[in-house]
Amino acid sequence: MQAFIIRRVLALIPTLIFASLIVFVSMRLIPGDVIDQMMAQNDVATSADRARVEASLGLDQPMYIQYFRWVGGILRGDLGNSLWQNTPVTRQLAETLPITFELGLLALIVALTVAIPIGIYSAMRQDTAGDYIARSFSLLMLAIPSFWLGTLVMVFPSVWWRWSPPLEYTPFFENPIANLSHMIVPAILLGLALSAVTMRMTRTMMLEVLRQDYIRTARAKGLAENLVIARHALRNGLIPVVTLIGLQAPLLIGGAVILEQIFVVPGMGLLLLEAVFARDYPVISGIFLVTGVAILLINLLVDLTYGFLDPKVRY
Amino acid sequence: MSEAVQSATATPLLLVEDLSVSFRTDRGTVRAVDSVNLHVDAGETLAIVGESGSGKSVTAMSLMRLVGDNGTVDSKRVLFDGIDLGALSEAQMRKVRGNRIAMIFQEPMSSLNPVLTIGKQVAEPMVLHQGLSWREARRRAVTLLQRVSIPDPEDRLDSYPHHFSGGMRQRVMIAMALACDPKLIIADEPTTALDVTVQAQILALLKDLTRETGAAQILITHDLGVVARYADRVAVMYGGRVVETAPAHELYANPQHPYTQGLMASVPSLDGDPGKRLQTIPGQPPDLANLPPGCAFAPRCPYARDECRQAPPPLEPIAPQHLRACYGYE
Repeated sequence: MQAFIIRRVLALIPTLIFASLIVFVSMRLIPGDVIDQMMAQNDVATSADRARVEASLGLDQPMYIQYFRWVGGILRGDLGNSLWQNTPVTRQLAETLPITFELGLLALIVALTVAIPIGIYSAMRQDTAGDYIARSFSLLMLAIPSFWLGTLVMVFPSVWWRWSPPLEYTPFFENPIANLSHMIVPAILLGLALSAVTMRMTRTMMLEVLRQDYIRTARAKGLAENLVIARHALRNGLIPVVTLIGLQAPLLIGGAVILEQIFVVPGMGLLLLEAVFARDYPVISGIFLVTGVAILLINLLVDLTYGFLDPKVRY
Repeated sequence: MSEAVQSATATPLLLVEDLSVSFRTDRGTVRAVDSVNLHVDAGETLAIVGESGSGKSVTAMSLMRLVGDNGTVDSKRVLFDGIDLGALSEAQMRKVRGNRIAMIFQEPMSSLNPVLTIGKQVAEPMVLHQGLSWREARRRAVTLLQRVSIPDPEDRLDSYPHHFSGGMRQRVMIAMALACDPKLIIADEPTTALDVTVQAQILALLKDLTRETGAAQILITHDLGVVARYADRVAVMYGGRVVETAPAHELYANPQHPYTQGLMASVPSLDGDPGKRLQTIPGQPPDLANLPPGCAFAPRCPYARDECRQAPPPLEPIAPQHLRACYGYE
């Protein structure tokens, strides 16, 4: 088990190097750079000014030198400073990452509590009205983009009931209730989007498992249907669902970027959006690096979960 | 007819009268089992023999009322140990399954749950039906595994099915079936998926254990060799009906239904002429969605007459304990 984790963590390194290259290069390929933006804001346009700013930010160097400087910084735990605010990227990440993590975790809880029971119900009542309703609901959730749903949730309650979701962020440890009442709406929207695929997968897997011989054995033992499901079917059916959740982790982060913007959640997603608009390279690179590590860690966690669910998998 | 059946013993352990099972499918209603009459005496082994699609497995599953949502079971009565199983509620029926009647299935590879330990799976019926604690049930599971000759049973409790070979898994299935001391064990082709040498071990084990506990057994098989060695009585099924039933030795000595005769003739024999070709029954097994109005075997029967194509022949006694469903041929 330990050896497995070490192997997996070491295997992260080449992946991360590759990911960092893509991030670094693609950011610099976007038309318009940070200097253009700064110049536009300050109404100065001489090329001497431009060269001076470039040199002060280190952007006059060739791209590979910039890259190695950045990587060298990472190894020292320094992700550079924001080009605009001159604060360390690490500090910005430390402030915003927990907020996004909370949003993602809440969304995951919402997704699982919605998807797994409905998926099981749908499988047990295959081709009944309830199954059709559940499946239509999941199709709808797949089709509706969360930014649109998010906008509706912002607009319509205020028109109808003169109420809109709270938009003021309170840190969780300061006032958990205020924090949750703000976070819950984006978490539900994000969770529902995630639940669509998870529900369909749960349904499919449960149908598959319920056809297995060992389910017939369980019934022949005299077990009631709810015990057949809970004890004999669920664990077998959930193994592929766990994989799916791992695969959806990037989606969760992508969704967070949009919903944080709509609901003014000061998380990493909002920071990323602002950084992209401002071409704040170190911030963008830092966020992508953290996201990459997070996704790889989630997948490691998924693999470890297999060992727990499936006795044939031992590390 | 049932009087003739019952004449052998006062009250059989299991008495099945007019059992029919049909399934709704895309091709219409399929009548898998049609007016089957059977009985099993306490302690005896009844073999149900037939080819695939003859309705033998469905008959077994319908006794447990486990035919699935698209199946309908009809019967005049299914009397087990004095109770009409057909009249029980689902909750009452669950108390019979795995407790009074236990089942062993064909595929030991897939019939055990891959994510639960052997100990848990063997202990489960005892927790369920006898109200034992898991700890106590586990302790008894050791004894059960010992009885089915699994080496080091104590150490194997925490093993998973994939640690076992096919024969060992079938032993586990048997231990599970014996857990609550059932009065009837239904073994649905218990050895079909196993090596020949293992087959003999498993069948001998089953025979010994049922003799020891006094449990009756329904042995479903298509293997006439198995029937000859392990069954007391035989019911031959064809096209969803019982076409002949007799004590095993009587059936071998004196098969009376043309289908049974065809089956017997198609068994290869060690002391026969090695150059002789194997006998086969011409034609195809019947399509259950499209059964002929008369005897299901008539299209393949060398003796079929007009009468045979009109209505299916009833199962009637032709000798003590020997019944056949045939209008006769001579």
